[in-house]
Amino acid sequence: MILRSGVVDRTVARALKVLALSSIFVLASITFFIFREGAPLVYRVGLGNFLSSDWHPTAARFGIATMVAGSAAVTAGALALAVPLGIGCAIALAEMAHPILRRILKPAIEILAGIPSVVYGFMGIVVVLPWIRGHFGGPGASALAGALILGVMILPTIIAISLDALQAVPRTYREGSLAMGATQWQTIRRVVLPAARPGIVAAVILGMGRAVGETMAVVMVAGNAVQFPHSMLDPVRTLTANLALEMGYAAGDHRAALFATGMVLFLIVVVLNGVAGLARGGRAKSGGEARR
Amino acid sequence: MIARRRLITPRSAQALASVVVWGTTVAAVVILVLILVFVLGRGLPHVGWSFLSRAPVDSGRGGGVLPIIAGTLEVTGLGVAVAAPLGIGTAVYLVEYTHEGPLTRVIRFGTECLAGVPSIIFGLFGFVLFVLGLGLGWSILAGAVTLAFMTLPTIIRTSEEALRAVPAAYREVSLSLGASKWQTIRKVVLPAAVPGILTGIVLALGRAIGETAAVIFTAGSNLPRLIPTSLLEGTRTLSVHFYQLAREGISAENAYATAAVLVLAISLTNVAAYAAMNRFMRRYR
Repeated sequence: MILRSGVVDRTVARALKVLALSSIFVLASITFFIFREGAPLVYRVGLGNFLSSDWHPTAARFGIATMVAGSAAVTAGALALAVPLGIGCAIALAEMAHPILRRILKPAIEILAGIPSVVYGFMGIVVVLPWIRGHFGGPGASALAGALILGVMILPTIIAISLDALQAVPRTYREGSLAMGATQWQTIRRVVLPAARPGIVAAVILGMGRAVGETMAVVMVAGNAVQFPHSMLDPVRTLTANLALEMGYAAGDHRAALFATGMVLFLIVVVLNGVAGLARGGRAKSGGEARR
Repeated sequence: MIARRRLITPRSAQALASVVVWGTTVAAVVILVLILVFVLGRGLPHVGWSFLSRAPVDSGRGGGVLPIIAGTLEVTGLGVAVAAPLGIGTAVYLVEYTHEGPLTRVIRFGTECLAGVPSIIFGLFGFVLFVLGLGLGWSILAGAVTLAFMTLPTIIRTSEEALRAVPAAYREVSLSLGASKWQTIRKVVLPAAVPGILTGIVLALGRAIGETAAVIFTAGSNLPRLIPTSLLEGTRTLSVHFYQLAREGISAENAYATAAVLVLAISLTNVAAYAAMNRFMRRYR
């Protein structure tokens, strides 16, 4: 009996280990298939072609530079909106809000993070585009529209993770600062924010990753023109939009080029996640020291 | 000693900072709540029994969404059913069978990365592997497995949290009574962690329901029959249906109504999940 349960235990442990590798396996197979489809094309047409600004798949010109610029423009705009709002909101909730208010708002914000991206895109179409047309003229569909919608979309991510980082700062830090006569704001600025900085940096980077990778909402509002944006009011096409728009009918080299686009996107996002992970890892270490 | 006169005293800085910080909070919360109010306010009046109980007519210009709700439940339900054993197994291994080490670090990093992979990449991957490579075509099965991969990190993380919340004393008592490790996990730890694990499954379901990019390239966008005869049939989920209605400008009324159904379904799912998690975590605190 004892022997049998020992055998069962070992078998289960082995089986669970295999299951535990499933996420690594999935990540590896995604990497493998995306690269297998995309990398040969980059090799075939040359890096120069691939990184040029000339995207004419029918003429075998597969430059993605305009799309990289498009992704950069909407992501930068989104961060410009979401970072101050998100961090401000996290500070208010963590440091100044009554606990009851915090207990209501924190889950509410996390629930809002679940609103599907198509709904945000639709909000963009019916609210943001007419507003831009009315105030700035033009078609409305633009980098600005994409940035506004993405900014709102990543707001919950930035608030939630920054809030966690702020709440992880030991209370004794605040008490020590206040006891020495610092005001609440001095305490926040000089003590709490520096202590929480790695987590807040991670929040911003993860929000950035979400903005870069977001697809449907951007397709719906950003205009999707293959061109370098000269102002935020120009329509842009992001890397993700390029995939979503052309995947349906692409074949041959064209499809391979889309996978190569996906490859670039995948690399950007994995690097961002890695950096965020490093930033947070730093927090875990210093947090451990702080808890003595 | 005479203090230097400063333009901005600590007290005025404090006042200014609170105004700014509260201002950003109000702005953020108002924007997010307005979206909810706007969608539900415009959509709910068009959501009635006839909308929920009829098939779409004329590619969504008229009629309702019943077969699409069915299609959504099939794809997401099957997807989460595939992801749950993988995710829970991973969590059990991480919490019960190992100590922190290189392997757990690799698994954690992989899970974090997977959580950050954009959904369109999952769509591409599912398209090339399941739809084309394995010849499943645009199908319920291809969509479900793709969603399973996408929701795996959610389930792993929540299950891990749930297992960690079970007090060590539970395990010690069981082991001291002579139960084996697996018996302890199966009969003591897992039952105690079930509410938390269910939270993760429900959250994953909510995420899957809201997903568009990964589904449209794997499950397709064909209008489904009410009851599919095989898992290899193509289908259309609510999000994809809504995307078609909104993007093609097919019917504003039905688009709002579909959005309302979608948002309501996901919000209720998430509220239920968080409420359950909250109660669960409090039990062991």
